[in-house]
Amino acid sequence: MSKTIKWEYSPAPEGTDRIQLKEQYDLFIGGKFVAPKSRQYFDTINPSNEKKIAQVADADQSDVNRAVASAKKAYNNVWSKMAPKERGKYIFRIARLLQERAREFSVIETLDGGKPIRESRDVDVPLSVAHFFYYAGWADKLEYAFPGRKAKPIGVAGQIIPWNFPLLMAAWKLAPALATGNTVVLKPAETTPLTAVKLAEIIQEADLPPGIVNIITGTEKTGQAIVNHADINKIAFTGSTEVGKYIMKAVAGSGKKYNLELGGKAANIIFEDAAIDQAVEGIINSIFFNQGHVCCAGSRLYVQEGIADEVISKLQKRMETLIVGDPLDKNTDIGAINSKMQLDKIKMYVNLGLDEGGSIYQSSCSLPKKGYWHAPTIFTDVSQSNRIVQEEIFGPVLAIQTFRTVDEVITKANNSPYGLSGGVWTDKGSKIFKVTKDIRAGVIWANTFNKFDPASPFGGYKESGIGSEGGIEGLSDYVNLV
Amino acid sequence: MSKRIDIQKTYKLFIDGKFPRTESGRYIKWTDSNNTTVVNICRGSRKDFRNAMVSARKASRSWACRTAYNRAQILYRIGEILEGRRDQFMAELTLQGLTKKQTASEIDQSIDRFIYYAGWADKYQQVFSHVNPVSMPYFNFTVPEATGVVAAIAPNDTSLLGMVSIIAPVIAGGNSIVILASESFPLCSITFAEVLHTSDVPAGAVNILTGYRSELIEHFSSHMDVNAILYCGDNGVDKKLVETNAALNVKHVIQFPEQNWAKDEHQSPYHILKCQETKTTWHPIGV
Amino acid sequence: MVKSKNSTSQVIDQIGTQERVARLFSRSIKKESKVQALHLALSMIDLTTLEGKDSSGKVKQLCYKASHLHDSFSGLPNVAAICVYPTMVPVAKKALEGTGINVASVATAFPSGMADLQAKLDEVKSVVEDGADEVDMVISRGEFLRGEYEYVSDEIAQVKEACGNAHLKVILETGELVTLDNVRLASDLAMEAGADFIKTSTGKVSPAATPSVVLTMLEAIKDYQIKTGKKIGMKPAGGIGTAKQAVQYLVMIKETLGNDWLSPDLFRFGASSLANDVLMQIVKQSTGHYQSKDYFSID
Repeated sequence: MSKTIKWEYSPAPEGTDRIQLKEQYDLFIGGKFVAPKSRQYFDTINPSNEKKIAQVADADQSDVNRAVASAKKAYNNVWSKMAPKERGKYIFRIARLLQERAREFSVIETLDGGKPIRESRDVDVPLSVAHFFYYAGWADKLEYAFPGRKAKPIGVAGQIIPWNFPLLMAAWKLAPALATGNTVVLKPAETTPLTAVKLAEIIQEADLPPGIVNIITGTEKTGQAIVNHADINKIAFTGSTEVGKYIMKAVAGSGKKYNLELGGKAANIIFEDAAIDQAVEGIINSIFFNQGHVCCAGSRLYVQEGIADEVISKLQKRMETLIVGDPLDKNTDIGAINSKMQLDKIKMYVNLGLDEGGSIYQSSCSLPKKGYWHAPTIFTDVSQSNRIVQEEIFGPVLAIQTFRTVDEVITKANNSPYGLSGGVWTDKGSKIFKVTKDIRAGVIWANTFNKFDPASPFGGYKESGIGSEGGIEGLSDYVNLV
Repeated sequence: MSKRIDIQKTYKLFIDGKFPRTESGRYIKWTDSNNTTVVNICRGSRKDFRNAMVSARKASRSWACRTAYNRAQILYRIGEILEGRRDQFMAELTLQGLTKKQTASEIDQSIDRFIYYAGWADKYQQVFSHVNPVSMPYFNFTVPEATGVVAAIAPNDTSLLGMVSIIAPVIAGGNSIVILASESFPLCSITFAEVLHTSDVPAGAVNILTGYRSELIEHFSSHMDVNAILYCGDNGVDKKLVETNAALNVKHVIQFPEQNWAKDEHQSPYHILKCQETKTTWHPIGV
Repeated sequence: MVKSKNSTSQVIDQIGTQERVARLFSRSIKKESKVQALHLALSMIDLTTLEGKDSSGKVKQLCYKASHLHDSFSGLPNVAAICVYPTMVPVAKKALEGTGINVASVATAFPSGMADLQAKLDEVKSVVEDGADEVDMVISRGEFLRGEYEYVSDEIAQVKEACGNAHLKVILETGELVTLDNVRLASDLAMEAGADFIKTSTGKVSPAATPSVVLTMLEAIKDYQIKTGKKIGMKPAGGIGTAKQAVQYLVMIKETLGNDWLSPDLFRFGASSLANDVLMQIVKQSTGHYQSKDYFSID
């Protein structure tokens, strides 16, 4: 016998020398970068090593006022009067410019948010580009989207972006808003502002008339000022259900429209007749994609009893091959947790799962000393009554239950206040249609999971949100039909 | 010979396909403008609403799972039965102050509205569904799907047409509904329930309550099992309350101002879409 | 016996398999790990010549190459085996004496397998007598596709018996099986019937070894090990001509079957032109200069 070698991958870090980052970023208002009236800035750090990357402006009420005034003026004087096809050309231009600088944006997204470069390079940035391309083409075709009605823009949209897909969510919100003729005040998340301010540079380069897109960085109070601003006609928000409810209450009685993409606790259901190896890979994608910081993550796994041992054992083996570490390394599968706050929350839930009597399995990977990290984790011996089965953890933590019959698993899948997404794995076509029809959720992946495309609407039922983003449906939330 | 004494109608609630009195035992005295006719209307309570919600939730799945063709036929059937009950509605509408001409028009419109939405029941999904050309080897399609249970505050200034204009698109789209009838003009609501009762509408798919808005709106909007709250009216305080309470479980909020429901523009497939969710399904294309 | 697919074999989703492949193949193998992988790949090659015009002269040249891959560069391994037609086995055996390099012979009416069983068994016995260390048989695809799984299985078992101590590689000719479900089923059949290795292709049918097919076979091997504890080898053949592909396959093995399979005992590349591309990459890694084919011998 020849001796077996232990072959390990050498580090393969993506270079950071081709990106351009300043030490300080101002607010993008009225087509210019302007210093905040607040004179306050805050640091944005790299969650993989806790080092400061840059500082960004902290917009206060007066800054929000400026941004909204600029958006309102641009709406009244420019954007609402522009021929739709010209509007479209600007959006196409943004898409192209972003595409040209894709590598730079990927690196910055990874530095600022901790997600693996593999994902920012292969998912976040190209999908963002695709969104701008897709909606650019809608600008002068809206009459085909709403048969029998005429679509009118709403006015000024306030858009509040989460930290899990900073650039992609900005693209999801900006592209349809602009295509339908609205102007925008956009606020990126506090922990991940950089790709949004870099996008502001692209918008400037694209010569978009001043004020149509205003990008202001800030904290929670900046978001509140946007939500409560009287001249904002529409709020678009992606984030937690808790904040979503706050927004609903805040805008109650104001006549503001809103669409909300909120939390989830998706059921991912594996039947005995499924293609097991692909299902296992699907489970990995469903819960460990982007460190589990995904609202549609398949965080509740239901495995039919006859294959439970096999699936769980394969899942554990597969978890061992996940590479956890430097997000800039091209081989990294699992990057850093986005913030200390989020890491604490995940740890709290893992401890809760243990206290509740769940059996834990964690990948044996070693975690870096500096930065925020969490090993891929699964829990078995849990039930619907466990809090880790009920509540959104937003981290790489999977709760696994077994089931016996189709009816049982559908009932359990729907036994949740959320309804964003779901997964079903079976080789039987009719069973797919039965289950996908009965699951109360907005996106159902059959024999796959966590797939996204600009042409495909995304949105939740129940406490997972109001409205859809993506596809023709994604236009509806940005128009008044007359 | 003595004059024959009329049999007067008892105005009850319509819950779970049955006609119970309000569990609270309370009533609202309704008088016509000439003070000649006095009717005791049930003053529906929080618990009546709760019971109606239980029934609506139970019915929502089975109603949504009926074939679109079947739902269309049942909506058409409602129109048929309405037509047959024309005289009774005439009398009630007249009693509630409408002229003969207005009465005839309101009934015509109400019937036509059901015929209109009967036609949509098996088409709106066709018109508003899409196959999405995603950039991967996947078949991807999007279909509107009933949101579930709708709690509705019917328009106040019409007795029949307003309520019909709300109910028809909601149930055409496969939802079940609990609706609070016009407070000012409640008489037609229970007669309309009798129409539903004889139209093969499954028990619980439509539940009709009478009572005070001010008392029930809080419960309609705060109930955690309601998927969409529909409010008709212009009261700013009510609207804010509805929107605020909707946040409790992220309900859809649908609002209509008081308006002339007779206009054709107030019937539309977009009304059906207001109580629909959007479901997108992905499946790989391979061998 | 094996009649119904569902009762015996895992179903395979084609798109999910392709996506897994894409993810594996996006691994970035650099620096030391690349050098290590390239050396490993060389040692796993079954240097192959399977042409109608093969002659003893050609085979002798190839055998010399097998143990002298690039003499101007020290520290290179030999390839694992030479793979030839039955008539060339004695030539190869003699030429490779003392090198430690195995002689593999295709047999069983390669590449079509269209001969009666006895003729196939005789051929196998003959190549083993002539000194073949490894026998690469083909399965009867026609029988397989018409559902005669038992026939296919029995045939493999009899060939295995005829092999004696020689290692048996079972060629599924996946290009003719078409679906991954069939590939999986054929893999399971072959392993249960006694294959020491399962091999994708003859190299005479297109497509030969595709990444999805290889992944499917590796997963079958993994499940067979879980079930029986036995480690079956894998040999993709045909269509693998570049060092990059070879390294990608090593990634695939490592992340499905693990380090145990990173050995010529359990993994081989059936290829004729791969060796030189790997050599060029090894020299490039060492010198830093991109290489020209003119500097690498083409036996």
